[in-house]
Amino acid sequence: MSAHDEQNHIDSTKTYVKILLTLLFLTGLTTMVAYKDLGAFSTVVALTIAVVKMLLVALFFMHVRHSTKLTKLVVVGGLLWLGILLVLTMSDYLSRGMLGVK
Amino acid sequence: MADHAHSETLALRVQFDSAAQQKDASQLGMWIFLITEIMFFGGMFACYTVYRNWYPEVFAIASTSLNAVLGAINTCVLLLSSFTMVMAVRAGQLGQQKTIIIFLILTLLFGGVFLGVKAIEWKEKFDEHHIPGQAAFHVEGIRPADQGHAQLFFSLYFAMTGLHALHMVIGVGILLTLIMQARKGIYSADYYTPVDVAGLYWHFVDIIWIFLFPLLYLIDRHLGK
Repeated sequence: MSAHDEQNHIDSTKTYVKILLTLLFLTGLTTMVAYKDLGAFSTVVALTIAVVKMLLVALFFMHVRHSTKLTKLVVVGGLLWLGILLVLTMSDYLSRGMLGVK
Repeated sequence: MADHAHSETLALRVQFDSAAQQKDASQLGMWIFLITEIMFFGGMFACYTVYRNWYPEVFAIASTSLNAVLGAINTCVLLLSSFTMVMAVRAGQLGQQKTIIIFLILTLLFGGVFLGVKAIEWKEKFDEHHIPGQAAFHVEGIRPADQGHAQLFFSLYFAMTGLHALHMVIGVGILLTLIMQARKGIYSADYYTPVDVAGLYWHFVDIIWIFLFPLLYLIDRHLGK
């Protein structure tokens, strides 16, 4: 039954408030940084902050931390397929013309 | 079959062995649906990535015309709504019926504010002639030959924010239903599954916006100046 005790875990309001404040801070940060010239890192910084925010929302607000192993597997599996969609699509578009063949 | 001879309740339907099993099944079902949603939005994100790579300068200039301050405020509003939503779920876990209703109403309000700000932003685009397909379409600072690529940016902008807003409108409908049900007092610490899975949906829509905001408003903003 320990798996279910874990699943019925009730987080404190304090935890949620901390997560909310972190998310709001990251939103401010990503907006301020966007006005600075970071060169190629503009995209990297913006997306890294977005991924951190996603993880906070998924792990805490969506309770993935306390979910069953099966749910965790489904979540990771879904992201894996999204990764395949993006990586394979871009590997085509980005490598076009590399060999100089029209 | 003797095990299944219990009388049916909302928390334990006849087809399940235990309330915990029923809860697991509901959550898993919702996650499977959300994965299909990830792939649905994923196609648009892939499309956006391809065109952004093809026309980086035009996309940078076009994205600068979006109001990043309004976008940031709206992101905060949506994050607040996610917080109130998770507090509603927490109230469900604790069986506090009145608190569930209060937090659901707050979530509804923040969701409404988000859609209102979004409407103001779209209105601005109409006033600035940034609507793809418009005869008067024109984005400042982009060569006439590249205006078509700017139209592509705004097509993606409206498709992605529009699809996101549609999900928000559906979420508002779900919240209204939940509030009505909660007022009847059917949710308790034993049974609050609809609040729980609606929460998953609401947070998912929040996560989509967490990515739309930097992709559409922020990336390469300094280049557009």
